[in-house]
Amino acid sequence: MDQHQHIKLAEESLAKQTTTLNLGPTHPATHGVFQNILEVDGERVLQTEPTIGYIHRAFEKISERRPYYQITPLTDRLNYCSAPINNIGWHLTVEKLLGIKTPKRVDYLRVIIMELARIADHLVCNSVIGVDTGALTGFTYVFQYREKIYEIFEEVCGSRLTTNIGRFGGFERNFTQAAWDKLDGFMQTFPKAFQEFETLLNRNRIFMERCMGAGPLTAEMALAYSVTGPNLRAAGVDYDVRVASPYSSYEDFDFKIPVGSTGDVYDRFMVRNMEIWESMGIIAQALEKLKDLDPSVYHADVPEFYLPDKKDVYSKMEALIYHFKIIMGETEILPGEVYHAVEGGNGEVGYYLISDGGRSPYRLHFRRPCFIYYQVYPEIIKGGLLSDAIVTLSSLNVIAGELDA
Amino acid sequence: MSLTNEHIRQRLTEKFGEALAFEEPHNMLTVTAPADHNLKVLQFLYDDEQLRFRFLTDLTGVHYPERSGEELGVVYHLHNLTDNVRLRLKVFVPVEKPDVFTATKLFPGANWMERETYDFFGINFVGHPDLRRILNADEMDYFPMRKEYTLEDPQRTDKDDEMFGR
Repeated sequence: MDQHQHIKLAEESLAKQTTTLNLGPTHPATHGVFQNILEVDGERVLQTEPTIGYIHRAFEKISERRPYYQITPLTDRLNYCSAPINNIGWHLTVEKLLGIKTPKRVDYLRVIIMELARIADHLVCNSVIGVDTGALTGFTYVFQYREKIYEIFEEVCGSRLTTNIGRFGGFERNFTQAAWDKLDGFMQTFPKAFQEFETLLNRNRIFMERCMGAGPLTAEMALAYSVTGPNLRAAGVDYDVRVASPYSSYEDFDFKIPVGSTGDVYDRFMVRNMEIWESMGIIAQALEKLKDLDPSVYHADVPEFYLPDKKDVYSKMEALIYHFKIIMGETEILPGEVYHAVEGGNGEVGYYLISDGGRSPYRLHFRRPCFIYYQVYPEIIKGGLLSDAIVTLSSLNVIAGELDA
Repeated sequence: MSLTNEHIRQRLTEKFGEALAFEEPHNMLTVTAPADHNLKVLQFLYDDEQLRFRFLTDLTGVHYPERSGEELGVVYHLHNLTDNVRLRLKVFVPVEKPDVFTATKLFPGANWMERETYDFFGINFVGHPDLRRILNADEMDYFPMRKEYTLEDPQRTDKDDEMFGR
C-alpha cells in the first residue's frame, strides 16, 4: 500500500494558491462517516472529492447466503433513522414475489408504523439543520418526540433503532394496549411541540438568510442525477412512490405531496416539515379506518411463510412443522424477479430481488436513495461558502448506513 | 395509464427488430438487448416522444457463472415519470471481456451506480469518466459479488451443514 495515498493535493493547488481542506471521515459536522476533500479559495468551495465506503458491510453479498427472514435485520441498518420503512419495504418485496395478499388491517398498521418512522427521520434531519445553523434548542426539544416514537416501536416489536419490525405477511404480534396509548399520547402532544419548533425556525430571519439560496438543486439536475424523495420534491417535482405506485393501501389515504421551487436548503427543510404534517394526517386517517376492522387480525393467513406463535409450536403439530421448515429454510420460494419500491425517509428505497428457488436470494440489490443522490453534492456546493456546504450536507440527509450498504 | 407494456414492446420491435427479447415478470416489461446495443436502446427509450423513459431508477449487475459467453449482466431500471411506467433493460457480456458502454452521458446519475457495479462485478463501462472502486478499498484486486467468491471460507472443515439448506 502506498503510504502517501491519502495526501492528495488537487492539481496545481499550490500554484493557484487555493487550500485543500480535509473534511471527515469523522467530523462532527458530517453526521456520519464520509470524507470530503475540499479545494477552497478563502471561504469559497471550488471543488469537492467525496470518498465513501467507510462503513460498507457487504449486505448484498451476505444476503446471498441468508434465508429470507434473516435479511430483515440487514435492511434495518441501511437507513437506520427510519428502519421500519426498510423492513416493511423488504417484506412487501418478498410478498410480491410469493403473491401474498395482506389484510387491510395489516396494511393500515404498516402505514402507521411507516409514517411514524418518516416523522422520526424528518425530525432528525430538520432539527440537525437547525443545529448546523446554530440553533440547538429546536433539536433538543423535538428529539424527545423522536424518543416517544421509538417507545411506540419498542411496544410493537421490542426494539427501538434497528427494529426488525414485522414478518412476511404482517406483524409478529398484535399492537398492545400500551402501544395504542403511547400512539394516542404522541398524536395529542406532538403537533403542539412541532408547531413550536416551526415557530422557532420557519420564519426566523437569521435561519432564512442562512438557508435560502444555499445548495440549490434544479429540477432538471435532480432528475438527471436520479434524485428522489424530499430532495427531489424540494426542487419542484411531485414524484412520490406512495402516490405513483401505491403499496400497503396508500391509495386509501388522502394526503398532499408538498413541493418546493428552488431546491435550496430552505425548501428541503420546508418540504420535510410539511411532510411531517401530512404524515400526522395519514396516521389520523389510519386510526379512523382501523375502528371498522376486526382488531384481532395482524398478519396474513400464510402459515408456510409466517412464523407461528411460540406456544402453538409447543402444542400443535402443524405449527411445529411450519416452524421447523421456515427456520431451516425449507419453505418453497418461487423463482422469479421483482423490483419493489417504497417511499423511504430519503426517497425511493428499492429492492431488486432475483430468486432461483433456493433458500436465499440469488441476487438482491438495494436501491439506496442516499447513495444515488449524494453524487450531486459536489455539484451543488460548488462556488458556495464552506459554511453553506455543511448545512447543505445536513439538508440532503445523507445517512452513512444507506450510503454504503 | 396510457402507455402499455404491449405498446412499448411494439415500438421497440419496430425500431430494433428481432435483436431484443421480452419478458414480463410481475408486470414489469423486461427487455434483453445485445451488449453493444445498450446505449442505442437507452437513447431510443429516452428520446422517443411516446416512450420517454427519462429517469434512471437503478443500475446494477448480476453474475450467472453457468451461462457461458454471457456470464455478467447489467440491469437498468428505467422510469417514465410522465406516464408512470417502469421498464427493466438487461444486457449480458462474457466474463473474459466485460465491456459495456457507459450511460453517464445520458444519465449523469449513472456515474456512481456504474462505479459500484464495476467495484463489485468488474464490468468495464467503456467511456466512463472516472471508473474507480467506490465502496471497497482501492487496493482490492478482485470483484467480490461474483459467485466464485463464497461468503464463507471454502477451506473450512470444522462445520458440517450437509443436512441443512439446499
